Amino acid sequence: MTVRTPGTETGAGTATEPEADERGPDPVKVRLDVNGAQRHVDIEPRVSLLGALRDELQLTGAKRGCDQGTCGACTVWVDGRRVLACLTLAITCEGAEITTVEGLATPDGTGDGRLHPMQEEFIRHDAFQCGYCTPGQIMSAVGCVREGHAGDDGEIKEWMSGNICRCAAYPNIRAAIRAARDRV
Amino acid sequence: MRPISYLRAEGADGIDSALRAVTDDPGSDFLAGGTTEVDLLRQHVLGPRRLVDINRLPLAGIEELPDGGLRIGALTRMSDVASSPVVQERFPMVSRALVLGASAQLRHMASMGGNMMQKVRCGYYRDAESPCNKREPGAGCAALTGVSRTHAVLGTSEHCIATHPSDVAVPLAALDARIRTRTLDGEHTYAFDDFFLEPGDTPHREHPLTHGELITAIEVPALPMARRSLYLKVRDRESYEFALVSVAAAIEVRDGKVGGVRIALGGVGTRPWRARRAEDALVGGPATTKSFDLAARAELAAARTTPMNAFKPELARRTLVRALETLTRDGSRS
Ligand SMILES: Cc1cc2nc3c(=O)[nH]c(=O)nc-3n(C[C@H](O)[C@H](O)[C@H](O)COP(=O)(O)OP(=O)(O)OC[C@H]3O[C@@H](n4cnc5c(N)ncnc54)[C@H](O)[C@@H]3O)c2cc1C
Ligand code: SF4
Ligand code: FES
Ligand code: FES
Repeated sequence: MTVRTPGTETGAGTATEPEADERGPDPVKVRLDVNGAQRHVDIEPRVSLLGALRDELQLTGAKRGCDQGTCGACTVWVDGRRVLACLTLAITCEGAEITTVEGLATPDGTGDGRLHPMQEEFIRHDAFQCGYCTPGQIMSAVGCVREGHAGDDGEIKEWMSGNICRCAAYPNIRAAIRAARDRV
Repeated sequence: MRPISYLRAEGADGIDSALRAVTDDPGSDFLAGGTTEVDLLRQHVLGPRRLVDINRLPLAGIEELPDGGLRIGALTRMSDVASSPVVQERFPMVSRALVLGASAQLRHMASMGGNMMQKVRCGYYRDAESPCNKREPGAGCAALTGVSRTHAVLGTSEHCIATHPSDVAVPLAALDARIRTRTLDGEHTYAFDDFFLEPGDTPHREHPLTHGELITAIEVPALPMARRSLYLKVRDRESYEFALVSVAAAIEVRDGKVGGVRIALGGVGTRPWRARRAEDALVGGPATTKSFDLAARAELAAARTTPMNAFKPELARRTLVRALETLTRDGSRS
């Protein structure tokens, strides 16, 4: 599902100055490209990408677990790479393509509501209990496969170690990744 | 998190404008991957008023040097260095140390320059409250009488015993890497040994850099024997954890004798610890477990422990011996 809200603008003029001008500490207009749509938020430069997504854009898929880079619940993609939204400042993402779990299924809005193969396999393999870590696990899992590190269980373990699951659904998460890896 | 303002350095004179912005303002810090800077800003450990974003400066990439070495741009991400075929081929211990550090997500974010500048993981430094000479010169050191299991045993002082946390700095120390920087006055080069300061009486000074000095690259000189080097990391959990002890090593054996050897230790020193005593003890002698053991003991003789980290010298000795045994046992061209 691609989220397009009435606040979504695509017009020019509000884009940031290319020149190196100081902005903040008061709220400034920041343009973010999220799941294929251009969005504008008024935020202080200290606001993390996670804060902007959750609190400004109501994209609450990425979760705030530790807010200090240790749990992986906030994992999203910036320019196709899995990163931690809690340690990324939103303002640094201007001009980058951000993908959250909300945009994973059909970033172009053409999938008739079909889930991404990794999402399907997470459901099929019961790869969660409380579900809090799951959006981060899924975004990270697709990254893990695309990076070529889902060869066997040992490799998946190592390359998914940045995503903690408090419910310890790890065996099922790995099973889901193994099942999805050829379709990602 | 305190409010901050933001300035993005980019364009033709981006490097100069970044240098000027930070040099002229004691309240400005460079921002690279942010995995240390944003974390510690949020914990109230660092308090810049402004971040100067250097991520769009043309300082990423790996170049081959004429001598067979490599020049790694300061903004090259840990993951890109780790997966670079030329790094894997010439300096496998560098690639291995990177892969064994942090997590896949953090490695996509973290830059090599930022890695050199990362802050210690001492809990008292990071809680922004306890007495800590590094955070607040003269305040005292809570770790001396506190929880010190992960703290250093080499290069410590009565003012600070925090371990240098970087993994990749360990093989880079073994390889005699050089740190290239720029200031408004021009370019500078630091030998790796000169770049990391022991705490001594001034634990808040960790590097010789002036405020606003920008790391532009890390140069790794050629070292043929490093093609068979390794990085061995021992920690409390198997992944996503800092080292209790780590060893980066390369060794060349000719006719059963050690022709050349490079060793550095992580997890035990207040700086990435080049094990020169061990190297000196080994060169010219037999490549046997006995001499590896003696060399490790020579290096660790100076260790000063606390009741909580007294296990480290022995763990370091065993790890070092195992690293050298592994390198000399299989596939050695002896
Ligand atoms: C949960 C977690 C686990 C981790 N585990 C490990 C691990 O196992 N092993 C390991 O080695 N590391 C580990 N790290 C540390 C990580 O490697 C560092 O935080 C990272 O390398 C810093 O790079 P950065 O680009 O994010 O720097 P930033 O956070 O952007 O900057 C760090 C500091 O360096 C300065 N700086 C940045 N670039 C430059 C430059 N070019 N010139 C001058 N100054 C500069 C900044 O002003 C700042 O003070 C971990 C970090 C976290 C959060
Ligand atoms: S060991 Fe160093 S960093 Fe830790 S509390 Fe003491 S002075 Fe601070
Ligand atoms: S919330 Fe980002 S890693 Fe935990
Ligand atoms: S399913 Fe509960 S934390 Fe992972």
